[in-house]
Amino acid sequence: MTRRTADLSRRQILVTSATLTGGLALGLFIPGAARAAVPELEARYWANDAPDPNEVNAWVVIEPDDSVTLRSCMAEMGQGTGSGLPMLLAEELECRWDNIKVEFASVNRNIRENSLYGDMLTAGSRGIRTTWPYVQQAGASARERLIQAAAAKWKVPAKDCEARDSKIFHKPSGRSLRYGELVKDAAKITLAAEPAIKTPEQFKLVGTRKPRLDSAIKSTGKATYGIDMREADQLYASIMSCPVFGGKLVSVDDSAIKGARGIKQVVKLDDAVAVVADNYWRANEALKKLKVTWDGGAAARTDSLMFAQEYRDALDGPLVTARNDGDAKAAIAKSAHVVEAVYETPLLAHATMEPCNATVHLQDDRLDVWMGSQSALENAKMAAKEAGLKPEQVYFHQLYLGGGFGRRTFGDELRHAVRVAKAGNIRQPLQLLWSREQDMHADRYRPQSAIRLKGALTPDGKLEAIFIQSVCGSIARSTGRAVPDGIDFTSLEGIGPSVPYNKIPNWYTGQLLKNTHVPVAYWRSVGGSQNCFYLESFIDELAHAAGKDPLEFRRSLTDRVDSLAVLNKLAEISGWGKPMAAGRGRGISLVDNHEAVGGQVAEVTVGPSGEVKVDRVFAATDAYHVVNPNLVDAQIEGGLIFGMTAMLYGEITIKNGAAVQSNFNDYRMVRINDAPETVTALALTGGKDKEGKPKWGGVGECSTAPIAAAIANAIFAATGKRIRSLPFKNLKLTELASL
Amino acid sequence: MVTLKVNGEQHDLDIEAEMPLLWALRTEIGLTGTKYGCGIAQCGACTVLMDGRPVRSCSLPVSGAQGHEITTIEGLSKDGTLNKVQQAWIAEDVPQCGYCQSGQIMSATALLNRTPNPDDSDIDAAMAGNICRCGTYVRIRRAIRRAAAKA
Repeated sequence: MTRRTADLSRRQILVTSATLTGGLALGLFIPGAARAAVPELEARYWANDAPDPNEVNAWVVIEPDDSVTLRSCMAEMGQGTGSGLPMLLAEELECRWDNIKVEFASVNRNIRENSLYGDMLTAGSRGIRTTWPYVQQAGASARERLIQAAAAKWKVPAKDCEARDSKIFHKPSGRSLRYGELVKDAAKITLAAEPAIKTPEQFKLVGTRKPRLDSAIKSTGKATYGIDMREADQLYASIMSCPVFGGKLVSVDDSAIKGARGIKQVVKLDDAVAVVADNYWRANEALKKLKVTWDGGAAARTDSLMFAQEYRDALDGPLVTARNDGDAKAAIAKSAHVVEAVYETPLLAHATMEPCNATVHLQDDRLDVWMGSQSALENAKMAAKEAGLKPEQVYFHQLYLGGGFGRRTFGDELRHAVRVAKAGNIRQPLQLLWSREQDMHADRYRPQSAIRLKGALTPDGKLEAIFIQSVCGSIARSTGRAVPDGIDFTSLEGIGPSVPYNKIPNWYTGQLLKNTHVPVAYWRSVGGSQNCFYLESFIDELAHAAGKDPLEFRRSLTDRVDSLAVLNKLAEISGWGKPMAAGRGRGISLVDNHEAVGGQVAEVTVGPSGEVKVDRVFAATDAYHVVNPNLVDAQIEGGLIFGMTAMLYGEITIKNGAAVQSNFNDYRMVRINDAPETVTALALTGGKDKEGKPKWGGVGECSTAPIAAAIANAIFAATGKRIRSLPFKNLKLTELASL
Repeated sequence: MVTLKVNGEQHDLDIEAEMPLLWALRTEIGLTGTKYGCGIAQCGACTVLMDGRPVRSCSLPVSGAQGHEITTIEGLSKDGTLNKVQQAWIAEDVPQCGYCQSGQIMSATALLNRTPNPDDSDIDAAMAGNICRCGTYVRIRRAIRRAAAKA
């Protein structure tokens, strides 16, 4: 998928032409947002669907006033790619950092123009690590054309000219011309060959701490999210899905809302019912008053206890072999010191702060969509199908996302909006907003799983073998993709190939993909969210069983440069090994998640009745190269809070086939009074990938994965009690056996 | 008829007395900076100031807001100058997705109005009603300290 995007983008970069006003437009793709010290970003995020009069080609536009516009195909959901890619562009273009605007590329053009912006998927911590080559290339290409244009104007050799601060300088004479004065000529230049892009050692801007571009619009209420769309004559809908996933609507008695103010209609779908009104509150109040009969089918007789038992029972197999190095089974069989434990974790909701919503305007030959989406292109195609239109008749307007975390990938809210508009024959703009309760009941959850881990230690405490039996929900299967060989990579993250250790000689991972009627999907850090808790807690168990220091024990398991750099950095910043007071403990965890190594040390205080306060977390990260350490820090700080909510409180339980939790009163979040002080540090090892290109990591998820084990290991250090199931809120620490 | 005074401006609205202030602001007056998050006063995304004190507008009927001065995120800056909390938020780059930040800023503004030099426990107590799913709490604490120091 990355490869396909690469080829398309490279081809587009090579094509340039002048804009109608003389601007230079050239190809690349970027994400976006903007600010006050830097330019004030537009509150709306999307690009025009018609080719702009100031632009002919797709990605970068340089206007006569020197301003640069990047067209992004990365959504901005808080991860900050919209502030990172402009830095990469400015690095190559040698333009002023304060003169770049960013907007989301037109989805409609992407459909009409042969996917020139690629898949437009914002997921998997890939905002920077899959886009840097094209952003840099586009900047370099533009810079070289501007230099040649200036050289031609001055009739001097191009090698005597240099680009700096949005100007081309003639070095011998000191003359200069602004980019805006040169774009018309530059756009007509065809380069014999694309210029080489900078290598990381040459970066001046990239790698420095810079502000976010969208802090100002997000601190003044100006940023426009999907929920904020307001079109003339807009109607509002609130919807309720069948509480039992996969169930059907039988009947609706709407007598209680007859004559209620502002109600336009009640729309029945196969598996949901919606009320349309002139105000969202009226729609939602009416929805609550409907008497609805559902048919949940056989699934309505299921619950979480039943599922948990089924997952544990399935651990005995048969399982599909997903990793097999050496002979772990034999090593376990002949070892005199085997450690064994069973762990489990529940379903989790995403609970983005902005509940899912979509605004649509359905017409005979056109569908307009306004929403924040992690997968705008696929969502637009799906909406076309639902509406009975061609994909090119859909105009998808991307807005800021009030959180994504994997939830805003599938377009379920858009499917609802189109179906309601179509079934209700609503031909004016319609905003369909999931109430918080609907958002929690109709989520696609982080899979539940159970695992049995065995480890074989030698008499001198070396780890000889790891043997893993895992049962986990498959995201691929749940989202309609075939899993022919029984292996779903996301279910293996953290226990399969992607672990930070390379010196464990015998390793077996067997897994059964087991799904229920409850839909499951990507949840920040994906497989890492549960598997890293398992493996890193178990590594801690092994270290203690071996009588080794947990950090030193981990060091003995790897000679990877990245893993060791993170461990060394952690030891340095956390004061590892310093004595702690009674009732306090320190725990460590190390993961390899989405192409970055993340490590954490958590410090906890455990009170007399078993209450836990996480005091401080030290986080070290190796993402090889990074664009903006300020934004990387933000991802690390926030990602660990996200994982901490899962560790302490997160749990969706199923009763009678439906999700029990419905809002923040029973789906509890880490709040500021729970939040630890955080110390972040980068441990960048740079380096190159297999193709010899600079290695870039993803930083959106590598701090979510390690935190649960770091806290659990700290609790063990403080109390001698081992946490083997989450969330912690369900456990009574005082009643757990000491090990 | 319900009369609301929002950011110094009077609005006469033909709406139900029990409509929550949040929806009057968002869909009747058109001020969308105040966000819906939970509808049951659990998350703080809808926080506005009523006579300078923080209230959860999702759970406050407009009848209860009548006769009071309501301030929303849109009304915090005076003559184009952002208030000191907003400035500190920008200086510390607090927002990530940003969705909860209007509510966070309103709660922080109310805190500093009554406690100009809050310590960390004051901050935690005053801000515990505002959830941030992106986990920006560390920077929220830092920004509030910065805004307090500036005062």
